[in-house]
Amino acid sequence: MKIYVKKALRSPGFLIWGILAVILILIPVFAPYIAPHDPIATDYASSMVSGNATYPFGTDQIGRCILSRLIWGGRTSLLIIFWVIAIIAILGILLGVLSGYLGGWVDMLITRLTDIVMAIPSTVFVIALVSVLGPGLHHTVLAMSLVGWTEYCRVTRALVLSVKENQYVQEARMGGLKEHQVILRVILPNIVPYLLVNLTQDIGAQLLTLSGLSLLGLSSQPPTPEWGFMLSEGRKFIQSAPWLIIYPGMVIVLHVVVFNLLGDSLRDILDPRYQKRSARRKELEKWQQEKV
Amino acid sequence: MKKYIIGRILFVIPIMLVLSFFTFSLSYLSPSDPVTLKYERMGAVPDKEQVEKLKEEMGLNDPLLVQYGSWLGRVLHGDLGESYYYGTTVWQQITKRVPNTLILTAATLLLTILLAVPLGVLCAVCQNRWVDYLLRFISFFGVSMPSFWVGMLLMYAFGVKLKLLPIMGSGDLKHLILPAVTLAFWMTSIYVRRVRGSMLEEMNQDYLTGGLALGYTKAHIIWTQVLPNSLLSVITMFGMSIGSLLGGATIVETIFEWQGVGKMAVEAISIKDFPIIQGYVLWMAIIYVTINLLVDLSYQILDPRIRLGGKNA
Repeated sequence: MKIYVKKALRSPGFLIWGILAVILILIPVFAPYIAPHDPIATDYASSMVSGNATYPFGTDQIGRCILSRLIWGGRTSLLIIFWVIAIIAILGILLGVLSGYLGGWVDMLITRLTDIVMAIPSTVFVIALVSVLGPGLHHTVLAMSLVGWTEYCRVTRALVLSVKENQYVQEARMGGLKEHQVILRVILPNIVPYLLVNLTQDIGAQLLTLSGLSLLGLSSQPPTPEWGFMLSEGRKFIQSAPWLIIYPGMVIVLHVVVFNLLGDSLRDILDPRYQKRSARRKELEKWQQEKV
Repeated sequence: MKKYIIGRILFVIPIMLVLSFFTFSLSYLSPSDPVTLKYERMGAVPDKEQVEKLKEEMGLNDPLLVQYGSWLGRVLHGDLGESYYYGTTVWQQITKRVPNTLILTAATLLLTILLAVPLGVLCAVCQNRWVDYLLRFISFFGVSMPSFWVGMLLMYAFGVKLKLLPIMGSGDLKHLILPAVTLAFWMTSIYVRRVRGSMLEEMNQDYLTGGLALGYTKAHIIWTQVLPNSLLSVITMFGMSIGSLLGGATIVETIFEWQGVGKMAVEAISIKDFPIIQGYVLWMAIIYVTINLLVDLSYQILDPRIRLGGKNA
């Protein structure tokens, strides 16, 4: 652990992207103090104005401040992402560990389940589920979680399989540790660094999925500000008020870029095997890992 | 090999069963039943007795599995039910919309191949030179931007500002350009990197050095040996992308008002037209599962190295 911290502090990439990521998370947390206006307060006198001194990013069709809505919108978007990733990571890692460690029929059952869920086009699944349950943040989280866990399960299972046969795991077991202790104290600490990289890079991917769903009107409901939904509303006024779509899109891209680069720099630090590989090998693995 | 192929084909059965059950349960899960919905649509206040009678007639009170069985029987005969909104059968609606989606997907794939292969090769040949860096930089942003946002920006630039292309709508070639370019930009960004990576992998093989030693030019070896070999893996990856492409097409169709199946489904969501949504989910599932099957099988046939790997290649 100490080594990782030392390495992290010495890596300029990690420091830059890490600090930026923290800032991006803190902005919505302190939204009430940062946002210049109330995000749902309407000001009909100055509706649809482009950027000016009072409203830096302009206002929408009913005179709400775009900048404030973007700052508050982070609360909705990032909170959903947080819950989705927390749920799918815990579920996926749990199933992955069980599958990899226990083997046998448990493994077969879980692997088959993963295969089936992965055989369903995820966008379609989420659209179908949300359309039936009705739009709403809870349903969005539920739908995104139901399809999202498979990747974690697969990766965890593979990692557990590669760690399981190591000498130190055998020794720990012979030393009298119970099965769950072996998993918690020996196996998990060895695989968590790799999972952390996956987790960070997943933030960007989930954000893109979420914004797509909101664009279709399937997640947050008005007047709650949310980035994808702002885009969805803004596109009606594309002829007269392009700033309604430009700023929310830029905010989404900014988040995706920062978290992706943070994930890349994390991998350089946490994966010692990865560091020893040639630059070419790194390139190759990067594009092999992409899911799309 | 034979065992794998048979196993892989048989695996389609449980997947399709789960998928069809999921599709069926969509209407089962929905808070209101079809009878009440129908009455509401006609603007009539449903009479409780009447509703119960109709429900009994339609078999809506039967146990879940019985209902599923009869539904599956009807679907296998091509009867997906009737749309609440359009007043036609779901099958008619879908066959009307599918060609549009296929045109959009085909145009996107064509554009992606025409762009990604040459650019990827260029990147690999000029590895770590400015062209390479520039293209990788652009493709990095290409994958980080939501495709619908790219679409909106293109819409604004070419439709509103330059007035070169229609902003939205469906039908002719002019309407096709913007949605196809939007999707192709996203796909190309992914595939430039994949073609590049795959080329670099091949260029590192010994036969390149061997060929050079035999006196062939580097360009000759790259065109005749490296490129065909590296495209093999890229082509199969392409198959796998079709699923996400169809998903992405749903959103792009919606913002450009392109009258494909995705647009149809999104409209159906807002008016709670469940038979249409079911039809959409089934159609997507069948396409996706079929393509995945073909990709897995083609792997086996195209790339002999994988045959040795056995399971789940």
